[in-house]
Amino acid sequence: MVFLSAFIIGGLICVIGQLLMDIYKFTPGHTLSILVVAGAVLGSIGWYDALIDFAGAGATVPITSFGNALVNGALNEADQHGLIGVVTGMFEVTSSGISAAIIFGMIGALIFKAKG
Amino acid sequence: MVQTQNSYKNLVTKKTDNPPILLNCMKAFVVGGFICVIGQALSYFYMYFFDFTEKTVGNPTVATLIFFTMLLTGFGFYDRIAQFAGAGTAVPVTGFGNAVISAAIEHRTEGYVQGVGGNMFKLAGSVILFGVFSAFVLALIKTILNLWGN
Repeated sequence: MVFLSAFIIGGLICVIGQLLMDIYKFTPGHTLSILVVAGAVLGSIGWYDALIDFAGAGATVPITSFGNALVNGALNEADQHGLIGVVTGMFEVTSSGISAAIIFGMIGALIFKAKG
Repeated sequence: MVQTQNSYKNLVTKKTDNPPILLNCMKAFVVGGFICVIGQALSYFYMYFFDFTEKTVGNPTVATLIFFTMLLTGFGFYDRIAQFAGAGTAVPVTGFGNAVISAAIEHRTEGYVQGVGGNMFKLAGSVILFGVFSAFVLALIKTILNLWGN
């Protein structure tokens, strides 16, 4: 049942973020940066893909998957083109998160007014 | 006067030193898990009706979640959910989207170039910076090790 494992794994990653904010007093910006780097580390040793196989969106929706996707893009391209692929392949896998944020950010700024 | 200041200071340290960690974690768990379940439903939708595989389905799922985030942010609901859920809404990719979109909307009064363009990644920029840089270093190390191995 992927829905259940998505709920549990996704929820647990959020709990890690909450603990970083509550216990170690990190700001949300610091917390998200730490999680992205953690995702990149897990991705580079191949563990994050196993987590995605197990939990589906529970692993792809949290921000940790952004770090994993960046590493995977860089490594895939590096397999084909050598060292230079590390730079050129970086955004190969994870284009949609950033492009969607930019596009919908602009549309949001066009149609919504700031509150208060 | 001094006494009220001191008692206020005590109150502040009491409130800030002891956030209800267990309660916050439960809220973050439920809301964050729920967002991932929505993401899983979207993934099935894209796999069933479009030509996405389990490997590629993350991209349209993330884009759709950020689209929903734009609507919730624009109508002012996202902040209310975020106040309740804490990291439950910040850690999923919707939190990244919210950081970009709310900055864009907030700075629109300063113009589209200086305001929206210049401030869009004010909050989310650190995520991209450390994500890209750590991915670069890790991929570089791994690639060099692989080349050495051969």
